[in-house]
Amino acid sequence: MDATTAITGFVALYIFMLAAFTGYEIIGRVPAILHTPLMSGSNFIHGIVVVGAMWALFNASSTLEQAIGFFGVLLGAGNAAGGYVVTERMLEMFKPSDKKKG
Amino acid sequence: MNPQLIIDAAFIVATLLFIYGLKRMSSPVTARSGIVVAGLGMVVAVIVAFLYIADVNPKAEPHLTTNIVLAVVALALGLGWAWWSGKKVEMTAMPQMVALYNGMGGGAAAAIAAIELFGHKAHGLEILIMAVLGGIIGAVSLSGSLIAWAKLDGKIDGTWRFPGLQAVNGLILLTILAIGGWTVFNDGQVPMPLIAGFFVLSLVYGVMMAMPIGGADMPVVISLFNAFTGLAVGFEGYVIGNAALMVAGMVVGSAGTLLTLLMAKAMNRSVSNVLFSNFGAAGAEGQGEIKGSMKPIDAGDAGINMRYASKVIIAPGYGLAVAQAQHKLYEFVKLLQDAGVEVKFAIHPVAGRMPGHMNVLLAEAGVPYDIIYDMDDINNEFKEADVAIVIGANDTVNPAARTNKSSPIYGMPILNVDQAKQVYVVKRGQGKGYSGVENELFFADNTNMVYGDAQKVMVAMIQAVKSLEGGGH
Repeated sequence: MDATTAITGFVALYIFMLAAFTGYEIIGRVPAILHTPLMSGSNFIHGIVVVGAMWALFNASSTLEQAIGFFGVLLGAGNAAGGYVVTERMLEMFKPSDKKKG
Repeated sequence: MNPQLIIDAAFIVATLLFIYGLKRMSSPVTARSGIVVAGLGMVVAVIVAFLYIADVNPKAEPHLTTNIVLAVVALALGLGWAWWSGKKVEMTAMPQMVALYNGMGGGAAAAIAAIELFGHKAHGLEILIMAVLGGIIGAVSLSGSLIAWAKLDGKIDGTWRFPGLQAVNGLILLTILAIGGWTVFNDGQVPMPLIAGFFVLSLVYGVMMAMPIGGADMPVVISLFNAFTGLAVGFEGYVIGNAALMVAGMVVGSAGTLLTLLMAKAMNRSVSNVLFSNFGAAGAEGQGEIKGSMKPIDAGDAGINMRYASKVIIAPGYGLAVAQAQHKLYEFVKLLQDAGVEVKFAIHPVAGRMPGHMNVLLAEAGVPYDIIYDMDDINNEFKEADVAIVIGANDTVNPAARTNKSSPIYGMPILNVDQAKQVYVVKRGQGKGYSGVENELFFADNTNMVYGDAQKVMVAMIQAVKSLEGGGH
């Protein structure tokens, strides 16, 4: 299977446009105290690239492609896992004063 | 059932969970559950992605077993290493870890582009344009983020620039675009060395972009690279026909861009200013002589004065975090609160190393977020405060930003600590801030300097207040 796509031309533009608007809306109304966790959280979200890298590796047919694909999956997995752990650790700390323990 | 159908359905669910998770992350109350929701989406997507093996390129069939083993090993290694490194990193070092993981994502996007281009798999104008653009941006984000990580982690010192840097960068970018354009117009049929050169030059460009940028501007650059990776992921998602990558990538691309602009605005700098000029290189001279002198005060005395104040506002900076004094500071705050003092934290938008970084550091020490205020919400309260105490901050409280047009930080919004009746500045020595500008606040009549490591100073203040209560020992 060559790289073909059912999402062509203007449909792709619509997807990009609506997604861009979604991202803008989500960040736009956020208090500054959450900017770093959100940056880290969005960093985690683009870790979804690991799925694309897996597809590329499964379809690799030469040693060069396999090598590149291997690194792609490795890096993508690192992005997703690292992004998750760091974000989770940051957000874990946000507690209101009435619930704080000792 | 058709595996492709399951994959498509699962990716829709994953995308939904990402957006819902991000939405929950945008309020402090629900933030924690937000990342868990998004994480669930990721797990679903990765597991379902194994169904791709049901329908692969015929040429790849003979390699399928090897490819699956490679994928499992790569997943395990990447996940294991990132999980371990993410768990052990100190909170103060978070920004560089975000940079590192972000660079890895950019690298993964560039890898997809590389497979498509090296294997001559991508065809068609739109697909090739997207593959080429995603490849450039992903590679730039990879090498640039690595430089950002190394700089923030102290592995590379200082900035590095030479005359004609812009010209060299422009030449590199033109070459990259020329090869990219050639690839697009030849339907991807270009010799391998050229494609290799395309990726190498993109990596070089990322290095050249990040190397000249100084420490204070680094967060803006990391945020920019975060947006870059999002874009690259979105573009490569189009190339391989994966809508989940397109949506997730573009959401991050736009959110990251907005975040970058907000950060740059908080420092009164434009993004192009950050990228193409040097903080403080032009300015440091040209300031008038500052009148007055710095008046030191004993930490214990300052602590006792705050114990008898009715309102104290704390302006923390990165120096607080470096000294790991957040916990001692909060212990001191609790003592003051027990004595009936109203205590608030005032956070400058760029306190720490990224917007909100200081909030994370304070939250780590257990400071409840409802006594922490953004600059705009608290700036009018300084004139009612008996004491404003500045701990490890400098440029963000420098009144020169309001008054001195020749100062490099002129125009940057600052905390109005100088309007408090009494100002204490906790500082290690008499040095200048990041921007290299002298701070006239330190010489003001209502300012006293508390010299010393922030942690030791806090301990001294705690002891002084405690001994007061305990009857004098």
